[in-house]
Amino acid sequence: MIKRDVMIYTRYERFWHWSQAVLIFTLFFTGLGIHGTHSFLKFGQAVTIHTYAAYALMALWVFTTFWNFTTGQWRQYLFKKGIIKVIRFYAWGILVGEPHPYKKSLQRKQNALQSLAYMTFMVIIGPALWLTGIAYLFYNEWAGQSWAVDGLWFVAVAHTVAAFAMGTFVIIHIYMTTTGKTPLHYVKTMITGYDKVELSEVEEAYLAETKSVEMR
Amino acid sequence: MKRLFRHFRAGAVALALATWLPGAALASSTADHSKFESLKGPFTSAPEVTKACLACHTEASHQVMKSIHWTWDFTNPDTGKRLGKTRTMNSFCGSPLSNEPRCTSCHAGYGWTDARQPPEPVQQNVDCLVCHDRSGGYKKVATDAGHPLYEPRTMGGKTVMPPDLAKAAQSVGDPGRDNCGACHFNGGGGDAVKHGDLDSSLVKPSRKLDVHMAADGANMTCATCHTFNDHIPSGSRYDTAAKDPHGLDLPKDDHNRATCESCHGDTPHHEAKLNDHTDKVACQTCHIPEFARGGIATKTLWDWSTAGRKDADGKAIFIKDDHGHLSYSAEKGDFEYGENVRPTYHWHNGVTDQVNIGDKIDDSQILRLNTLHGDARDPDSRIWPFKEMRGKQPYDPVLKTLVVNHVYGRDDSAFWGNYDYAKSIKFGMEYAGLPWSGQIGFIETRMTWPITHMVAPKEDALKCGQCHTRGEDGRLAQLPGFYMPGRDSIAWLDILGYLALAGALGGVLLHGLARIVMNRKTRHD
Repeated sequence: MIKRDVMIYTRYERFWHWSQAVLIFTLFFTGLGIHGTHSFLKFGQAVTIHTYAAYALMALWVFTTFWNFTTGQWRQYLFKKGIIKVIRFYAWGILVGEPHPYKKSLQRKQNALQSLAYMTFMVIIGPALWLTGIAYLFYNEWAGQSWAVDGLWFVAVAHTVAAFAMGTFVIIHIYMTTTGKTPLHYVKTMITGYDKVELSEVEEAYLAETKSVEMR
Repeated sequence: MKRLFRHFRAGAVALALATWLPGAALASSTADHSKFESLKGPFTSAPEVTKACLACHTEASHQVMKSIHWTWDFTNPDTGKRLGKTRTMNSFCGSPLSNEPRCTSCHAGYGWTDARQPPEPVQQNVDCLVCHDRSGGYKKVATDAGHPLYEPRTMGGKTVMPPDLAKAAQSVGDPGRDNCGACHFNGGGGDAVKHGDLDSSLVKPSRKLDVHMAADGANMTCATCHTFNDHIPSGSRYDTAAKDPHGLDLPKDDHNRATCESCHGDTPHHEAKLNDHTDKVACQTCHIPEFARGGIATKTLWDWSTAGRKDADGKAIFIKDDHGHLSYSAEKGDFEYGENVRPTYHWHNGVTDQVNIGDKIDDSQILRLNTLHGDARDPDSRIWPFKEMRGKQPYDPVLKTLVVNHVYGRDDSAFWGNYDYAKSIKFGMEYAGLPWSGQIGFIETRMTWPITHMVAPKEDALKCGQCHTRGEDGRLAQLPGFYMPGRDSIAWLDILGYLALAGALGGVLLHGLARIVMNRKTRHD
């Protein structure tokens, strides 16, 4: 087995990640402003920025869903065994210097806990936000319905719940990036795209020959 | 796409109107009334002028006699209730009954001295000049049942000259702001008293005060919006148009331009999010941020219960406040005033219940003289601004009705002069032919007056955050029944949410601290 610097996050994946990060921060900040938590922005400004950022994020998600399925990368998010071991590691093992129970590979970029967290993000928190967000944005198209007054309450409350869940996710996610070899290791990886991955000789030869994944 | 098209259409119509309106103001008639022999006078009375008008305008008096300006009689199409000044109570003067020559000075006719009966249908008693005089000289005197002065009269220590009727007759034209204002700016007995959004500052308003009527704005008159059809005015406070689904009046005219939508449509803004409000928020709510902005204070409280006080010498007491307004009048009681008043806001669907004289009232609580219908769930309702008038007025605590107070007259019962409620109310109720127990109480009343005039320029409209705020001072802080972003939240949900965020933050900080303290290498490879 040889360790090589391999491009594990392609250019699109990194673009997705960082633009999503910026948009989510923007949405969370302006969303809290609209909610009345802070008043750094005027309400109208907050709504305008929130709306444009929401459209941008939804567009990004459409592209990314397309990308995930055409590249087959969606499989990365499937449920993996060994989640208890990973939880045990972060709860205790990491404090006493145990090795991480999972080994990163090209086909398994994420550990079991990561996959579960991202899957939750993509199929529960994300959709809850954009479904209620679209309903919110297009409130006027259904404002005439007899149930609209209650409907708006439901939409607003569900959107708020999902936003708090997103905020909580982001806080933990950011902290988890500090648990690599060095506190900034994972961040660097997400910027450059390269990480050290163990390759078998066959894999290395295959990648070197086909250049299907960049190596250095 | 539909939206885009509507938007374009609204813009086009606004442009057409903008170019058309000043033209309308300048449009000249094909008749020059100063050249008619029959209008050269001399006239000894105003009905003679009317007679001269009717010689050509044969249908005018018949039309006017059908209008509320003449009949003071209106049946509310929503509630079926018969209303009108002689029946419906307000929190200002009370009833015109037994006070006619004073109150009927604003009748669009002459000589209506007994308001228990409809005005006599005498053609020449229709007052053409009050609406059509453009000389500015014609005035109905306050106490002569609609007539102007015919002889010089000393009033308040000054000699007032009678108007030049011939000059007025030769000046006639479309009504100006001053014509309508002669009565409507003085509702409640004086300038700005009643409405709050109608006072003499609107005769020559600045653009800031009224973007439509300002000379450097659209220079409109009242009748530009309050379209008259055969002398029948459009627009009503008894039967409000809370929403105008007809929208733009051109190219399909409903001959009622007394709604904003008539000219602006229901999607008038450039920003779609603002247009999203027009189904639930009346234009006036944002575009009339305050009323009584013209420098003339409107009455906000009238307490009749304190009226009649005299000093040690037996002289009636009158007290003025620092601004020169009467704060106490022995004739009328205590007053409070407001300028640049922030409206109160209610859901309203245009249906209003009024209290008439003689109606049984509930005196266990504050009496609402007009009860607005509508709520957040009603598709015909919108959020409207109102002037909230506080009153305290005489009533019969046994029979539970409001009472007719005889205030004006040269007799020994009129309250203004004798200051004796027992006498003045006895006289008023007998005159009106209404039962009275002989008891007098005072009941607190409230009245809501829709605010729709004094539309500010768009840069002065309310900003989003004036309603969408958690603040106690939010414009709609008190308006229940619906979720509004920025104002509403569920307290326990917010607490849970913030706890989740704080818990996550605290948790990771503790975890990080533990990692540092344990001081071990946390490599995984």
